[in-house]
Amino acid sequence: MIVTINGKETQLPENASRTIDSLLTELDVAQPLYVTVELNGDIPDRADFATTPVAAGDVIEFLYFMGGGR
Amino acid sequence: MLTDSQIDRYSRHIILKEVGGKGQQKLLDGKVLIIGAGGLGAPIALYLAAAGVGTIGIADADVVDLSNLQRQVIHFTADIGKPKVESAREKMVAMNPDVTVKTYQEWISAANINGIIADYDFIIDGTDNFAAKFLINDACVLAGKPYSHGGILQFDGQTITVKPGESACYRCIFPEPPPKEAIPTCSQAGVIGVLPGVLGTIQATEAIKFLLGKGDLLTNRLLTYNALRMRFREVPLKRKTTCPVCGDNPTITEALDELDAMTVCDLKGTP
Repeated sequence: MIVTINGKETQLPENASRTIDSLLTELDVAQPLYVTVELNGDIPDRADFATTPVAAGDVIEFLYFMGGGR
Repeated sequence: MLTDSQIDRYSRHIILKEVGGKGQQKLLDGKVLIIGAGGLGAPIALYLAAAGVGTIGIADADVVDLSNLQRQVIHFTADIGKPKVESAREKMVAMNPDVTVKTYQEWISAANINGIIADYDFIIDGTDNFAAKFLINDACVLAGKPYSHGGILQFDGQTITVKPGESACYRCIFPEPPPKEAIPTCSQAGVIGVLPGVLGTIQATEAIKFLLGKGDLLTNRLLTYNALRMRFREVPLKRKTTCPVCGDNPTITEALDELDAMTVCDLKGTP
């Protein structure tokens, strides 16, 4: 199936039980404990990552902390 | 009423239909606070002074260090050891005597932030730690002050403008700060010197547009930039009903220090 991740169309193996949590592991996303995930325009709470499904056509953004400035 | 010399100084503004004499007067009447006189703060302070923003506050407790000069272009080698706010003020008023610069040589905290932001129309976050970034967000949201968030690291930067009660705030994206030491800082991970120039100039542009009341602010959109790939991206965002500070049932009702994030950037030479 194809999803859009940070603006790029990405081919993922078919997996009907994929969740945000499993996607973070599957893609080895950086800072998995702190990354913010936007799914189709909504930002689910971290507590819901394990139960939020990811399906074909979803638009996903991984947003990272950037603490610098000085 | 603009003087002859002001008409000359700001002539390239005044001929813009979006600015004109009226807009330039708005800039001269405008009050912008810059928190952090470092990488982001340097270009912000220089451009806002050049633009004739009449009152510019600048807050930073630190002194200029040799390791700052690779990117903090408002500070010169001779300024090493001088308070950053004083070094910045000298350059700003030397460039444009129309500008009144108010300096706050202190770290912002829950104890002082409300009093400092109260006098300003627009606030700019140019700080280097999550404690300050979350405090600025909370204080601005609760006081209804529009502000520009900016963050940089290595070759990446991101910025968003927040109009409290109208657009997504920093906590709509990141509900709470990461634990200290969880995310590397610029002093640990490095930052390419031109990066804060790009991000800071965008933040200054937002302040100017806000004062002019022209154009579209960078609200409900996180602008991300990667210097290595030379790519800008926009991530559409919206207010989160469960946001702890601007949501429907906020749990944060006063600006408090995020103690767990306080020492993220306390290494020597960090700024």
